[in-house]
Amino acid sequence: MHIIENGNVAAALGVRLCRAGVIAAYPITPQTPLTERLSEYVESGDMKAEYIPVESEHSALAVCIAASSAGARTFTATSANGLLYMHEQVQWASGARLPIVMCVVNRAVGAPWNVWNDQQDSISQRDTGWIQIYCCDHQQIIDTVIKAFWLAEKVSIPIMVCYDGYILSHTYMPFDVPDQEKVDAFLPPFKPEYALDPDQPANLNTVTLPDVRVDVHGELAHGYMEIRYLLQEDLRTTLKAAAEAEQRFAQHFGRGGDPFIEPYRCADADFVAVGMGSITYQLRVCVDALRKEGIRVGVMGVRYYRPFPDEAIAGALKGKQGVIVFEKALSYGYEGALASDLKSALYEHLAPTGSLPTVQNLIAGIGGREIRTEDLTQTLRAAIHERISKEPHWIGLKL
Amino acid sequence: MNKDFIEIRWHGRGGQGAITAAKIVAGAAFVSGYAGVVMAPTFGTERRGAPVMTSLKLSKEKIYDLTPIETPDIVVVLDHLLLNEADVTHGLKPGGIIVLNTPMAHDAYHFKNYRLATADVTAISVETGLPHGMVNAGIIGSLEKAMNLLGIEILIKGIEEEFRTRKPQNNSRAAKIAYERTITGE
Repeated sequence: MHIIENGNVAAALGVRLCRAGVIAAYPITPQTPLTERLSEYVESGDMKAEYIPVESEHSALAVCIAASSAGARTFTATSANGLLYMHEQVQWASGARLPIVMCVVNRAVGAPWNVWNDQQDSISQRDTGWIQIYCCDHQQIIDTVIKAFWLAEKVSIPIMVCYDGYILSHTYMPFDVPDQEKVDAFLPPFKPEYALDPDQPANLNTVTLPDVRVDVHGELAHGYMEIRYLLQEDLRTTLKAAAEAEQRFAQHFGRGGDPFIEPYRCADADFVAVGMGSITYQLRVCVDALRKEGIRVGVMGVRYYRPFPDEAIAGALKGKQGVIVFEKALSYGYEGALASDLKSALYEHLAPTGSLPTVQNLIAGIGGREIRTEDLTQTLRAAIHERISKEPHWIGLKL
Repeated sequence: MNKDFIEIRWHGRGGQGAITAAKIVAGAAFVSGYAGVVMAPTFGTERRGAPVMTSLKLSKEKIYDLTPIETPDIVVVLDHLLLNEADVTHGLKPGGIIVLNTPMAHDAYHFKNYRLATADVTAISVETGLPHGMVNAGIIGSLEKAMNLLGIEILIKGIEEEFRTRKPQNNSRAAKIAYERTITGE
């Protein structure tokens, strides 16, 4: 059934449909309406879950870690400084291989204080060992939440479902809410291989030595390095599992596509704009305008940021003249993190062909600075016409 | 007005329910064949009583541009005193429509190049048994009279659904009466 609601409600409905058993969250703008909505579902009995209000984001994820370790399907959500406050637990959750799903409602980080949208919060968590997926509209938000629980539990790795604060979280648009029976068929109950049990007490993730050693059962146990290696290996094979999740989802719900990238008018394009989140849908409007001028340009949204779908990205950009990467975040002191990752993928996969597209990096919408579609089109046109002299180039800077 | 893509900007006060009103119109438009409806409130730090804006875009196709409306076809003003506080006609397309809740007579206003539609929605709403200042259902009637796009019946249905736990009949009656009493100056 189609309804018209905001992005936070789309996420909350997804979590309800997935029958999350434990929700622990601390409200922060623009995520607040999402956790409020979930608490209402639990209060009214529409959702059978433990809703645990906590005093901070650090505690929110700590509760999720404990609940997930005990075998519960768990969910939390946060934004900006709340995510930064969680950071220690973020690392712990992935190291402990817990399939927690967390919505990150993207917002700028302080200082200075700012509640509006950019993606610095989740990008700053790039190297924590979580899967990161970015959404462009409400259908993707609700569908991605559902896929995320399946995937996280399949690979035992936590997932951040990221969507732009306000632009998606507070904007209303129509989307389809899947039937409960279909979601139940897609997502069976969570049955972890191992769960904490009071009858069989155990220590989890205690001090693990640099080298392997024989454990209490007389078996050779992994050292710290083996455990971290396996996290990396499993993240890389997650790309396969993500493709499987997408395929399964399409079978059950009749929609979906490429799980990793979302190309638009790229097939015959000489230039391709690249980005993550709602800006890539806005760029479709710019691409349509420039196409009318005879400029062969397309846009590609990157849905998975970690694990990075390097092959899919390089494959889609093979033979292109230029790539223009739009980002709402920055690896301060260098350039946008997506631009760096993308260059690395192009070098790895396309350098042997002897033909590498040029890569330009544009920064936009930092701290909620409005990105006017006309300005975006103008910037894209200019970048195609002539390489920007100073990079990364900030769009709409008033200095 | 290009009926395949319509941009409506709502001016109200925080707490007045402009978002709910826009949502009702969005829902009615969606079931009437507008596959793309996007409603975006002013982002940030809304306060009760302060001027707020909401963008509503109606399109026959999916909308990919979520940026605020710059050149509306219609502006809806829930409180006539906002005329002194906000530039409500900013960017309004030539020939565009102003839907105004006001106790003043239609000919008390002179907007050049725009079509004005007025009704005393505040009084109408009180008349139908709603608390003073609850005008967000009534104003929908005025909007439909002015734009003549969706038909009042489907909007009435949307109003009764949205307000099903909060005086649905009083709200829908306010919209019906406002629809009848709105003066479009044509």
